Amino acid sequence: MLLFGVGVVVNRNPVASALCLVVSFVGLASLFISLDAHFLGIIQILVYTGAVMVLFLFIIMLLDLKEEARRALNAWAVAGGAVVALCLVGTLLHVLGTFPKGEATLPPLVVPEGQTYEDTKALGTLLFTEYVFHVQVIGLLLLGATVGVVALSKKEASK
Amino acid sequence: MDWLSFTLITTLIKIVGLCFVAILGLVSYTVYAERRVSAIIQDRVGPNRVGLPLTLLGFKKDVSFLGLFQPLADGIKFILKEDFTPAHVKKFYFWLAPALCLVPALLTCAVLPFGSSITIPWNGSERTIPLVIANLNVGPLFVFAIASLGVYGIVLAGWSSNSKYPFFGSVRSTSQMISYEISLGLSLVPVLLVMGELNLVTISQQQSEHGWNLLPYSLRDGFDLNRWLLLIPLGLAFVTFVIAMFAETNRLPFDLPECETELVGGYHTEYSSMKFALFFMGEYAAMIVGSGITVTLFLGGWSLPLGLDNYLPKGTVWVGLLHTAVFFSKLIAFLIFFIWVRWTLPRFRYDQLMRLGWIWMFEICLANVLLTAGILWYIS
Repeated sequence: MLLFGVGVVVNRNPVASALCLVVSFVGLASLFISLDAHFLGIIQILVYTGAVMVLFLFIIMLLDLKEEARRALNAWAVAGGAVVALCLVGTLLHVLGTFPKGEATLPPLVVPEGQTYEDTKALGTLLFTEYVFHVQVIGLLLLGATVGVVALSKKEASK
Repeated sequence: MDWLSFTLITTLIKIVGLCFVAILGLVSYTVYAERRVSAIIQDRVGPNRVGLPLTLLGFKKDVSFLGLFQPLADGIKFILKEDFTPAHVKKFYFWLAPALCLVPALLTCAVLPFGSSITIPWNGSERTIPLVIANLNVGPLFVFAIASLGVYGIVLAGWSSNSKYPFFGSVRSTSQMISYEISLGLSLVPVLLVMGELNLVTISQQQSEHGWNLLPYSLRDGFDLNRWLLLIPLGLAFVTFVIAMFAETNRLPFDLPECETELVGGYHTEYSSMKFALFFMGEYAAMIVGSGITVTLFLGGWSLPLGLDNYLPKGTVWVGLLHTAVFFSKLIAFLIFFIWVRWTLPRFRYDQLMRLGWIWMFEICLANVLLTAGILWYIS
């Protein structure tokens, strides 16, 4: 997964780096699934790999970015990227080092004998009872974004 | 032998048996059935000659068996043909695409329950083998997620061929699959609402006890008006699901990605021999798994009609095999329906296809979800 994550950045061909991102998403989903979070893993594949990345790939192919692959490396851009990445790693190390709660392992999930743990049901119940307000707010936000996109593209067309 | 190795071995047997023997075998014979059924519909004869070539051994006549050896001959032909890679393609992606087309279609069959369960004595104790490869709690979602990966194969095939007609084909296919994926997912929601379950094994089990979703009557439970009321949204869900599935598998009347009169051959124009065969197999495998999902969700999966399973002994080997036979006969009946539709309906125009997907199917599915929820609320 990490290897393909590096591949996303290193590859000069936009299609190759998009495909690397796809494989990296599949790796992330398999991590979720190996942690018994089946629902999350499957949704990761369904939404990101199956829908978002297909559209990405589609757009990249339609634009046919040939000069992107030929452009020379800009040393300043590489240095800037490295600095940002190093800063992020530093912050992460600092936060993880000073977060004592994170060191304790979670108690193992107790599942009654002869039953399987239904993460989908548990997640659904939580989302639609305790966090129903948050879900609604996110839904409204996404609706706003959709309306915005439609409005913007309409303006372009009328010109 | 301990429990772990026993499970490993039975799972391996199930994977090999279902994926490679049953599905791939069905693929080749679906192609044969396609040709024979189309011949019957068009009042032709079809491939009826290939059988045992006894004349090679000095006998007077060949035995033809109604041409049942045709798939074998086709397979040998595909393997022996020259595997030609055009000079103008992007090699790596050109080779990757056919595999990406077939593998997701075969992976999805992992959650299909193709029978109830078999109990066999082992080391002096009874052991139950469920007849499904992976008993996941997210069955239908798993199928959609993995099946949506199949679109990469088509996109890459069109793009890497570096040729305009394959590219048109793959662009059409992608937009079509993305559009109809939404209807496909939404049309299932009523079923899940009614069953209250995402596990395909449990869904089959419930239907075997209480009657199928589309035939809600079981001899044990008797007549239940509420369930017949629920048949309205479930029937609607069935129709929309089947239409969306035809579009997802690029079958006629939605086979615009490979319509020969406009696009030469569609996204696989530049492919030859076994690489082309992989696309072909991927399409038919997707069709078979799609039929399997439809059968499981709406037509009771492996169960007998009218709740007859309640009167059979559970878990014995013969009942398990009977259920598997029932599942596959339903599957084959549905495949024949697929073929029948293909040779009956003409192809859509592209704008008609998009209008049907976005203006009709999507709205009907949304309304159907509300209708189901309303009826469920009224009943309870």
